[in-house]
Amino acid sequence: MRFLPHTKEDIASMLDVAGAKNLETLFSKIPKNCRMTKKPRLPDPLTEWEIYDYIVNLSKELPAAHEYKMFIGAGSYHHNIPSTIPFLLSRSEFYTAYTPYQPEISQGALQAVYEYQTLTAKLLGMDIANASLYDGASALAEALLMAIRIKKKTTVAVSAAIHPNYRRVIQTYFQPSGYTIIELPYLKNGCTDISAIDKIDDLAAIAIQSPNFFGCIEDLSYIKKQSQKIESLLIASFAEPISFGLYKNPGIQGADIVCGEGQSLGIPQSFGGPGLGMFATKMDYVRRMPGRLVGKTVDMDGREGFVLTLATREQHIRREKATSNICTNSSLNALAAAMYMASLGSTGMRELSRLNYDKTEYLKQSLVNVGFKLPFDSPTFNEFVVKPPKGFHKTYNRLLKKKFIAGLPLKRFYPELAGHYMMCATETVSRDDIDALVQEVRS
Amino acid sequence: MTVLPNSSGLVMDEPLLWEKGKKGRNGFSLPRRDVDKFPVDKKLISKGPDFPDLSEVDVIRHYTRLSQWNFGIDTGMYPLGSCTMKYNPKLNHILSGFSGFTHAHPLLPDHLSQGALKIMALLETFLSEITGMDAVTLQPAAGAQGELAGMLLIDAFHKSKGSHRSKIIVPDTAHGTNPASAALCGFQAVPVASNENGILSSKAVADIMDEDTAGIMVTNPNTLGFFEDNILEIADIVHTKGGQVYCDGANMNAIMGIVDMKKCGIDVLHLNLHKTFSTPHGGGGPGAGPVCVKKHLEPFLPIPRIIEKKGTLMLSDNFPKTIGKLHGFYGNFNVMVKAFSYILTMGAKDLKKASQLAVLNANYIKEKLKEIFYLPYDRPCMHECVFSDKHQKEYNVNTLDIVKRLIDYGFHPPTIYFPLVVEGAIMIEPTETESKEDIDRLVDAFKAVVEEAKIDPDLLRNAPHNCKVKRLDEVTAARHPCLSG
Repeated sequence: MRFLPHTKEDIASMLDVAGAKNLETLFSKIPKNCRMTKKPRLPDPLTEWEIYDYIVNLSKELPAAHEYKMFIGAGSYHHNIPSTIPFLLSRSEFYTAYTPYQPEISQGALQAVYEYQTLTAKLLGMDIANASLYDGASALAEALLMAIRIKKKTTVAVSAAIHPNYRRVIQTYFQPSGYTIIELPYLKNGCTDISAIDKIDDLAAIAIQSPNFFGCIEDLSYIKKQSQKIESLLIASFAEPISFGLYKNPGIQGADIVCGEGQSLGIPQSFGGPGLGMFATKMDYVRRMPGRLVGKTVDMDGREGFVLTLATREQHIRREKATSNICTNSSLNALAAAMYMASLGSTGMRELSRLNYDKTEYLKQSLVNVGFKLPFDSPTFNEFVVKPPKGFHKTYNRLLKKKFIAGLPLKRFYPELAGHYMMCATETVSRDDIDALVQEVRS
Repeated sequence: MTVLPNSSGLVMDEPLLWEKGKKGRNGFSLPRRDVDKFPVDKKLISKGPDFPDLSEVDVIRHYTRLSQWNFGIDTGMYPLGSCTMKYNPKLNHILSGFSGFTHAHPLLPDHLSQGALKIMALLETFLSEITGMDAVTLQPAAGAQGELAGMLLIDAFHKSKGSHRSKIIVPDTAHGTNPASAALCGFQAVPVASNENGILSSKAVADIMDEDTAGIMVTNPNTLGFFEDNILEIADIVHTKGGQVYCDGANMNAIMGIVDMKKCGIDVLHLNLHKTFSTPHGGGGPGAGPVCVKKHLEPFLPIPRIIEKKGTLMLSDNFPKTIGKLHGFYGNFNVMVKAFSYILTMGAKDLKKASQLAVLNANYIKEKLKEIFYLPYDRPCMHECVFSDKHQKEYNVNTLDIVKRLIDYGFHPPTIYFPLVVEGAIMIEPTETESKEDIDRLVDAFKAVVEEAKIDPDLLRNAPHNCKVKRLDEVTAARHPCLSG
């Protein structure tokens, strides 16, 4: 076995030192009734080459990427990833390291995460960002719990236009706590209706996603003003950070906590995970924040360096009083996001974001031209809801056979939107692809 | 300094990202603009973020240089206790990068997702076979989220019986995540001390287990590196009072194919794919923390679950008793591919062999190092052993000084000052992928450091000497946090 370096002689001499007769006797203290009596039923070991062939074939059972034209987003977006990113991420020094508990031999990861925190704070318009959480869904759950700690209130209001899966995760996190979640409906324009918030007692935070699940841009500045009146925090969630290259970021609009999914920033879709939970807030709240933080300091000789800091918030020090139970996060994906933001730069980020916008608008216009209705009239980014002409489900299936994924049917997430679809176009979709889709729809 | 193969390093300086580059540079191949510009509402738009503009070469050099200041398993031995820093096979990395996987959208019709669902379904079966448990969810994104899932499952179980329990027993040897996860689920953690042998006694558990206690969270093998020999009696005591037994399986690497967790009386168990099943830690994630349960807890597992209908796998939300969702989609699929490939490589026989050799390595180190370090519990161990700095105190050096000097000899330090029950703990987990020669080198390095402590303790107190930076001022970092540039 190529990962097990022990020769027979090694084993014999080591057993001798350990005072054990054979490998089995190392376990002789374990009670008999705890023992595994039958060998686990696993396939016989395969060679490297057999596994390669087997798994390459399984990967081909996921044909969508190569062969299909994808017009689907909904929290997982197909963006181009520069070759530099997977190449750099596979550097063993990053890839095979543990959490940087020993800063002197972890300066690479620590500086990279410090840079990630900085770029994230700039992207989201906030003072500080943490070193990452698992994904956009759990980041929102953590943000709501943080708001409850800050405000010492027990109710939160969550927009119905937040990704349905995120809302499901919030429910799971909140279920044992007894805190109340109130859902805010969406308006005819596809944005959140906050008119009821001043009737809700004890409201710690209002959570709004922008661009929201329908792709609509929410008026966070207005919501912030209203939330201030009732002394609750504004939590801005997001699933598509590329939008902040074009649209105002949540920080400028007054958000107190900004959290979301960073998958769009150089991270493969990978059937939904791993993603990147991005999390940023104001400096005032830093000690209430979940997750790891990297800070700048100096060494014994006065040289600049980086360490994990403010660990007294964390589980390994604070145990049951910690701000979160999170330990392992999404560090390598945070590096991917930093590399992605660094590769684009200000100029690239603006251009890419605008290109995404224009492709989506072109798709929108083209579908309207063939009779699709737009139920929501808010400005959008990357995706939008359509009501196709009657009988489109047949067209959808015909398109599927012709290798187009013509959006996401919304009925599963919003029963009241049966017959509606959500369409998405990123920079990876060409005008020819869009024209071909529309041509098929028309025929 | 004793001459041993070490890493003096090729250490280049590298500024922060934004101290590099020039406005107008670009490191990204922007796709062709093949559509016109459409109008945007001016009130909504901004100038975009203030990022540095870098070329592709700038980016490559920056991160390549940074990487050279970082120590990984591929650099050298990484005996970090309770972290199972075993070798991460390269094949697994290549496979997980296949475009079928990386480009897989999570919300496509089932027939377009069969390859991913097959891997997940098989991995669930494999983990169930390896642990002896009945059912598995792969959804938790890391060990701590697996713990939370476990707590929620136990809470849901009690609620389904019409009762609500407010406490949970957590031994003093538990990972910090255990009490934090319990608290997140609304339980009050009740501590219980381990005995003179470093394990839990049945009596200690019997004394505090009552009908308001939801169960116990036990790490087995525990963080002192011992198998909880009394686990059967403890499980009986907890079950008799209607409680559930949660096992933190972070240390499963000691007992694969050797212990049947179900037979031990465990009701819920979490695994760390990034420990036992060789997936990389990536400097702190992403990992994956599957949860294995006994039959009676299966109805509560997170949704969606994978089901089979007429030979087609599909994701189903139709489990009314579920605790709900923990992840935006289905968990860290890309990590699952790597663990799947690892299990296919090893097979049952070599997984067991891996555990045997991990335990052999730890016992070998224990015997070799007890000549120089105080060993608070001198008995055969599992995958790791815990020493302390007691013998070195007379030279006025402590655990931190010792392990910082170890860095100069080319090794990553062990886990230190944990578990809390051992003062000045030095917790060593070699894993099975370290050879006898490498372990002998680690032993020699420790011995050299201990000799240096006698002659020149300052050498230790000022260590490490050969790294990018010397010891850093962590107090100032926390007092005056500088978290972005």
